[in-house]
Amino acid sequence: MTIEIPLLILLVMTAAGAILVKDLISAVLILGSYSFALALVWALLGAVDVAFVEAVVGAGLATVFFLLTLFRTTEKDTVIRRPPVPWAAILGLPLLGMLLLYGAGDLPVFGDPTSPASTHISPVYLENSVDQTRTPNVVTAVLMDYRSFDTFIETIVIFTAGIACALILRKGDK
Amino acid sequence: MIQPHDSVIVRTLGHIVIPVAQLFGVYVLVFGQYGPGGGFVGGVVIAASMIMAILIFGIGSEDSALAKKILHGDGLGLLIFAGVGGLCMIGGGQFLNYSNLGIPSLDESSQHYVGILLTQLGVAVDVAVTGVSIAVSLSFEEDEISQEEVTHD
Repeated sequence: MTIEIPLLILLVMTAAGAILVKDLISAVLILGSYSFALALVWALLGAVDVAFVEAVVGAGLATVFFLLTLFRTTEKDTVIRRPPVPWAAILGLPLLGMLLLYGAGDLPVFGDPTSPASTHISPVYLENSVDQTRTPNVVTAVLMDYRSFDTFIETIVIFTAGIACALILRKGDK
Repeated sequence: MIQPHDSVIVRTLGHIVIPVAQLFGVYVLVFGQYGPGGGFVGGVVIAASMIMAILIFGIGSEDSALAKKILHGDGLGLLIFAGVGGLCMIGGGQFLNYSNLGIPSLDESSQHYVGILLTQLGVAVDVAVTGVSIAVSLSFEEDEISQEEVTHD
């Protein structure tokens, strides 16, 4: 419980810093540290697979891609002027936040065993995945076996991203 | 194009770190059924190690030859994934229903195990190739190619 409050402060500070800082390379590096703090939060919540993906993709690969993109441009944010915040946003956004908090009151408590999400189909996976697939890691069993069609489409999306980048950026390559 | 790094420290550390990172990526990929990780994360770690090789040694160097060679494998991972699904259909079941994978002398749960392993391999190959490909695309500069063509002519 004691580590959660500093972690939350670190998350908010790095997120705000990544938006507010003028130097874009600094913004990319701060965004990488934000991803790493977020990975700690996932690991703290017990979602080790998500934490692993967040640490590797968010803090590793995305940072490299952002930096490589920045090297083709200028590193200072000089063109974009940030306009003053309109009054509708200042009044409307707290109202929306209060509405969301009001709706969140009806959500089940974190880790509630009687919530619909943990009574419907999760027990089926948890009880049967070792017998049916011999895979002790239930996350892998769900991703690659029970929901493998979903993963297949995701793989197609990644492949399409690579092809699109090559088509747009590698003009004139033989 | 990315120029090779001058510093001796960076190059020596690259020689040490890159094989370890690749080995760790393969470990994460194979161990995904028992611990955290799996095809996606393993592929990203392998891609990161190859991007590191490109950034340190340059794309034309012998040390990053594997990263350049892997670019020809675009779509291979997707082919592995879809091929496993197609094998299941040939075996008489639905697409990606590993019970019908058709491997003799294996019971149903072991066929699911093999199916998960193969599709994870497909995802890892796809992600690794795409990561290296995007990094190479981002560091591609049109001027150098056009200048080369001019000098050749």
